Amino acid sequence: MTSAEAVLPAGRRREVTRQALSVGVATGAYGVSFGALSVASGLDVWQTQVLSLLLFSGGSQFALVGVLGAGGSGASAVATSTLLGVRNGLYALQTSRFLGVSGLRRLAAAQLTIDESTAVGIAQPEPAARRRGFWLTGLAVFLGWNLMTLLGAVVGTLIGDPRTYGLDAAAGAAFLALLWPRLRAGDAAATAVLAAGVALVASPVLPAGVPVILAALAAVAVGLLRRTRRSGGAS
Amino acid sequence: MTTWTTVLLACLAAFTLKLAGYLVPSSVVEGERRSRVVTLLPVALLAGLVAVQTLVGDGGAVTVDARLAALAVAAALLLVRADFLLVVAGAALTAALLRLLGWA
Repeated sequence: MTSAEAVLPAGRRREVTRQALSVGVATGAYGVSFGALSVASGLDVWQTQVLSLLLFSGGSQFALVGVLGAGGSGASAVATSTLLGVRNGLYALQTSRFLGVSGLRRLAAAQLTIDESTAVGIAQPEPAARRRGFWLTGLAVFLGWNLMTLLGAVVGTLIGDPRTYGLDAAAGAAFLALLWPRLRAGDAAATAVLAAGVALVASPVLPAGVPVILAALAAVAVGLLRRTRRSGGAS
Repeated sequence: MTTWTTVLLACLAAFTLKLAGYLVPSSVVEGERRSRVVTLLPVALLAGLVAVQTLVGDGGAVTVDARLAALAVAAALLLVRADFLLVVAGAALTAALLRLLGWA
């Protein structure tokens, strides 16, 4: 890999790898649910697999087949799916800064920019670890998600509902654990609390996907306010 | 719209959004305040996502169930500096057990 990668101590490399692979396994397992639900919603195996390969964003994929399965129009399925994909574009503003990619690697990085790869990436303090975390997680989830999608599409939910095994809670816990070290910084903690509040208040009144995008405003508010505090002589 | 058209349009839109973030000129995200906002963006989005995944039920209503108990266990394990895998497994086990027992 790059020379910057080489300076990361072996212990840290293993730690990042472990995080990436465990997130990959937990998220990948959900691909079975998607594959099965997609086929049950009337899509064929090829269409289902193309979604996991090319759309590659769990929330958007579930929303798309959900709308089609409920008899919704193609246009509203695309709109709902795209709305849920907005956050990937917002993640990319930050991931592009530490990945420093261009050309084909930039296209690959864009395709792998999802909740999980971003979360493992930003959780790392060292630049080399950030890049390693992003790429390893993105690739692990891509591989697991696509293989499990195929399995689910062809044979259905062999393992049953992943919620039976608490896999949905595993995802939330992984995100919390990845955010945890960053929350020691006051502005990140304030952002997280405000964002969670905004998303919860907005959830009953706005369509799925919008509350989380709205939560991004917490970053804007805290990011701009801190300067005011500082110029006020707080530090 | 045929199913294939729907599928391919959604794929195109999703990739365009992802790539757009990489094509924003770096001058736009530079500067002290903008840089800080961009750094905090994933924190805000992931915190919002965790809140929704943990507390929002069908129809968007706030619902307390096994998911919140599992996240509380994860937070407790993080407070005692437990290993990452233990945090994730502890949360999954909590949710699975509560559901098995039919308590949440």
